[in-house]
Amino acid sequence: MTTAFDPADIRIMIVDDEASVRQSLEAWFLDDGYTVVTAGNAAEALTTMQERTIDIILLDIKMPGMDGLALQDRIREFNQDVVIIIITAFATVDTAVRALKAGAFDYTTKPVDPDELSILVRNAVEKIRLRRENESLKESLDTLQFIDEIIGESAAMRQVLDLIRTVAPTDSTVLILGESGTGKELVARAIHMNSKHRYFPLIPVNCGALAESLLESELFGHERGAFTGAQYRRKGKFEMAKGGTLFLDEIGTLSLKSQVDLLRVLQDKEFHRVGGEQLVKVDFRLVCATNSDLESAVKEGTFREDLFYRINVFVITIPPLRERREDIPLLARHFMERHAASTNRQVHAISDEALAMLRDHDWPGNVRELENAIERALVVNRSGIISPDDLPLRTASMTMVSSGDTLADVERDHIRRMLEEMNWNISKTAERLSIDRVTLYNKIEKYGLKRPE
Amino acid sequence: MQSVQLIALGTSARQLGLSDVRSGILKVLPVDVQLSDLHLDIDAALDSSRKQYHSTQILAMILEAANAGTSKLLGVTSYDLFIPVLTFVFGQAQLNNRAGVFSTFRLNNEFYGLRRSDKLLLQRTVKEALHELGHTFGLRHCMDHPCVMNSSTYVEDIDLKPGDFCLPCLRHLQTVL
Ligand SMILES: [Zn+2]
Ligand SMILES: [Zn+2]
Repeated sequence: MTTAFDPADIRIMIVDDEASVRQSLEAWFLDDGYTVVTAGNAAEALTTMQERTIDIILLDIKMPGMDGLALQDRIREFNQDVVIIIITAFATVDTAVRALKAGAFDYTTKPVDPDELSILVRNAVEKIRLRRENESLKESLDTLQFIDEIIGESAAMRQVLDLIRTVAPTDSTVLILGESGTGKELVARAIHMNSKHRYFPLIPVNCGALAESLLESELFGHERGAFTGAQYRRKGKFEMAKGGTLFLDEIGTLSLKSQVDLLRVLQDKEFHRVGGEQLVKVDFRLVCATNSDLESAVKEGTFREDLFYRINVFVITIPPLRERREDIPLLARHFMERHAASTNRQVHAISDEALAMLRDHDWPGNVRELENAIERALVVNRSGIISPDDLPLRTASMTMVSSGDTLADVERDHIRRMLEEMNWNISKTAERLSIDRVTLYNKIEKYGLKRPE
Repeated sequence: MQSVQLIALGTSARQLGLSDVRSGILKVLPVDVQLSDLHLDIDAALDSSRKQYHSTQILAMILEAANAGTSKLLGVTSYDLFIPVLTFVFGQAQLNNRAGVFSTFRLNNEFYGLRRSDKLLLQRTVKEALHELGHTFGLRHCMDHPCVMNSSTYVEDIDLKPGDFCLPCLRHLQTVL
């Protein structure tokens, strides 16, 4: 896999007279993988710049000898490209304005919030990347980057990848459709990682998992003192996604009230934190996903039509696994490797019989169900080669043999089979059976079904 | 097998829930984890004007107090940590070396005015422990995959990342474990 951007290609110089500041910043940026050098004064900084290319300078203003602003002026005489970020202990509006006028990229005060510092540097990196892109030919986007988790060579998946390739570099809102377990989050991630937003976070929000009461603070954040005990500002998801991508999963489950809130933010491109006066600007790319039929939800009045049109701009439909069986062996081997590595198990192959069985299975829980099956197979396997005995699958016919003839027998067997396929995940099973969780619990009790040890 | 010593700093191992942290680490990393009985006074690392502890100094203290050996030394404290230029750090570790330290101070929901959640606190604590250990095993921040080595600059960031390592990071760990 080629990586579009290696942090080691970004050379940062820290210029500060305090050794402890140099050391801590150096360690901080080394952890991110950047290439870092330090200088204790202006002269050292200039010498370094003669010897090597520097992309970003973190510059202290107050230094003995030539101060930071004078050093910046000197550097600007011979280097217009280097991105300079001023960090100073004593901020005055005057010096800030002077520094920015003289060509500083940004300005912050010590001690700086880690989040602020990392955003400053990511902004600088983005600027450098854009310039490099313009210098060389435009970064080729016909090859998708960072998609090694999306596995499949079937025509159906190739089409999905084509759509990702088309839409990723645009700013378009994307709606991803697919049954649960098909990997909608991976597609959202691929879109994010192949867009200009990729140096900023991808923020997933599972709309279905949030209680209505929590959603507001979750999405909008709150101010310090917004309610009793709030000593610290809390970032909401809209704010966390700044510059990046907001991924709203299971958007079909949003309540009408939350739909109104969301729509307002998308229209106004700004919002207030809970308990806050100040308007916060919204700046993210929106990707939504759902496994429900939004069009009928609109007809039934449970999903707002105006919101639907806003998110239904570019649609990517992920096929269920049973419609791309040829990808199953690839996926199975991938998950085998993934879980063998994390559990340190010496499992290295899947027998042909087991592969055939995997291919024939219908996978109502899709890729996620396949992954769970492989994970379980690794746990029970003793031979190093996954065989049919290791797989938690029974063919439908085997299950039906044991069942009686009454409707209740069929229902009991069906529920048991679904529970097993969903690894006894009650919410997912209820969803597949199109019943609510309470009904499912009642049926589990009625039929005396027990989760296997 | 590589071994890890968890060192309670300033607060008891019990209050920090270190045995649960130990179990959490064992679920993800094939290492031997022990709760150290090392008693370390970290007061010298306190910056009284900031009311925070200098994490780099704590790392030095841990290394000085520990016996020779190869086990990783992970300090855990409930006090707030900083490095000079930043307002705070969740933790700090030596890259590809022995010592790391992290704080639970900002992992508490109550710090953000939210309802206390012991479950969330433990999840965050284990993620921080794995993250700092990852650094001691030579991992830098991971940018390309959902991974416990993603860098986190605020607590919601920690909640977003998964509690285990991505495949490329795991492959690196396998070469050293
Ligand atoms: Zn880190
Ligand atoms: Zn990773």
